[in-house]
Amino acid sequence: MSTSARVRSARKADMTARVVTGVAAGSIVAVAVFVLGYIVYHGIGAIDWTFLTSIPKDQGRAGGIFPVIMGTVFVTAGTAALTLPIGVFAGIYLAEYAPRNFATRAIRLSITNMAGVPSIVYGLFGLAAFVLLAGFGRSIIAAALTLTCMTLPVVITATEEALRQIPADLRQASLALGATRLRTIRKVVLPAAAPGIITGSILGLARAAGETAPILFTGAVFQMRRIPDSPTSQFMALPYHVYAQVTSVPGWNRTLVWGTALVLVAGISIVSILAAAWRSAQRRRVTW
Amino acid sequence: MSEPFSSRRNSPGRTTFRRAAEGVARGLIYTCGWAAIVVLAAIAVFLATNAVRAMREAGLSSMLSGTQWYPTSEPGKFGLLPLVLGSLYVTGVALAVCVPLGVAAAVFISEFADKRLTEVMKSIIEFMTAVPSVVYGLIGVAVLIPFVKDAFGLDSGMTALTGGVVLGVMSLPTVISISEDALHAVPVDLRRGSAALGNTRWQTTVKVTLPAASSGIFAAVMLGLGRAIGETMAVLMLTGNAAIMPTSVFDSVRTMTGTIAAEMGEVVQGGLHYSVLFTVGLVLFAITFAINLAADIVLERQRKRWRR
Repeated sequence: MSTSARVRSARKADMTARVVTGVAAGSIVAVAVFVLGYIVYHGIGAIDWTFLTSIPKDQGRAGGIFPVIMGTVFVTAGTAALTLPIGVFAGIYLAEYAPRNFATRAIRLSITNMAGVPSIVYGLFGLAAFVLLAGFGRSIIAAALTLTCMTLPVVITATEEALRQIPADLRQASLALGATRLRTIRKVVLPAAAPGIITGSILGLARAAGETAPILFTGAVFQMRRIPDSPTSQFMALPYHVYAQVTSVPGWNRTLVWGTALVLVAGISIVSILAAAWRSAQRRRVTW
Repeated sequence: MSEPFSSRRNSPGRTTFRRAAEGVARGLIYTCGWAAIVVLAAIAVFLATNAVRAMREAGLSSMLSGTQWYPTSEPGKFGLLPLVLGSLYVTGVALAVCVPLGVAAAVFISEFADKRLTEVMKSIIEFMTAVPSVVYGLIGVAVLIPFVKDAFGLDSGMTALTGGVVLGVMSLPTVISISEDALHAVPVDLRRGSAALGNTRWQTTVKVTLPAASSGIFAAVMLGLGRAIGETMAVLMLTGNAAIMPTSVFDSVRTMTGTIAAEMGEVVQGGLHYSVLFTVGLVLFAITFAINLAADIVLERQRKRWRR
């Protein structure tokens, strides 16, 4: 093959590769847009004030989803209240205190492995540990504890990464002024790292709100006339409501189920987008 | 580390209080530091202790080699093979969808696309992770089940193929973002060196960048695999859940995850069936643990390689 022919074929291969990989990327984007469009198109018809504020009737075939939304809000709030302190402390430990040894390596390995444990296995664990052994029964608290175990690796990782991005000068300046290590963390490092920690945690919690498998056996119910009034009561939840309708209600109302799915996806997306936007605004404001 | 000078001049009670508070906070930090290990160990212990009865009465080897899953017959038959195979079929389809598409998309995003396009694509793909699995299941029920039924002339559109395709789509963001990170981590010097020798972008990608990032891409595939095996709700809604030995991807299958989700609500707590479901959970835990460990080791090696 002559040199120019080789160059030509190399250029042709380059062009083909661009097109092929571009089509692959484009088709994935198309799928994502289709998914979003499909949910919005089918769900938007159900969304009105009555749907959002009234209780389900006729096994969810009619009425609204108010207690369902509140159930998800309560469980997610409970998860946040439990995950944030534990996760942030653990992140501080890893970023500021952990020695470089085998134990720390084991902790890191546990965190990545926790992130890979199937959600249904968390459900089994929650059933055995929190519902039965701890005696919480099927309840908001048992479900929140289960989701806490699942969300913990996200919060720990977010905290550690945010803390690691704070320059050492800041810490040293604070220590040089006579502050103790803990004071430095509380007054200097944590405030500077807060946007990263909070946004990372919110993203993790938003995902937890969409999970079905961990709450299947730990407290979610399909039918409930009232809004949960204590941490030990059972609850309805948006993802479980969608699942239960599709699999066990004959003649489920398509519009209302898609409406429920839209409320769930919109809730997760809006919270995630707001959190990410807030973080990047903070980042622009703070410069080292 | 000594206390700050000024605090010594405060009343002694205040200093003692502050010291105590610091001690408590430090204790909390050290305790929570171990939370991950504690939780992971607790999961293993709880699964194992609840699985003991099944191992003793049904036997682990006879469960793993049994081809019949009739948990409610008298006596119950607890062969896990149909469930394991069901998971493998669905996961196989998922990998066939997400590996070629995901790696190709990662190559495009990292090597060919300009910066603005990259940002747009990444945020759209990021959106895919915000969609809960039950919603993917719902879309599969509405769109893919009728499509598979018509396209292949089947009696039912609930097949391993249907579940696998949706699972593949769900695993795409994982595969793309980790592959893209791996490609991104390859030092720019290598690419420039290749370009200086007269290679095109694609030649550089095939001969330099992809081989250099291969361990990271392997990890991406492993993590995608782990995600697919562990997924529950979408497969439960889409595969038809027939617990029989599958012979092709057009058969209805029941996965390990789907079995736990579908049956745990109806079993007697502490009974044999209950314990068998924990055994299924233990098998799942062991599989995903091994996969994640492998991916972690590979990623760690890659990180060391490019550390400057």
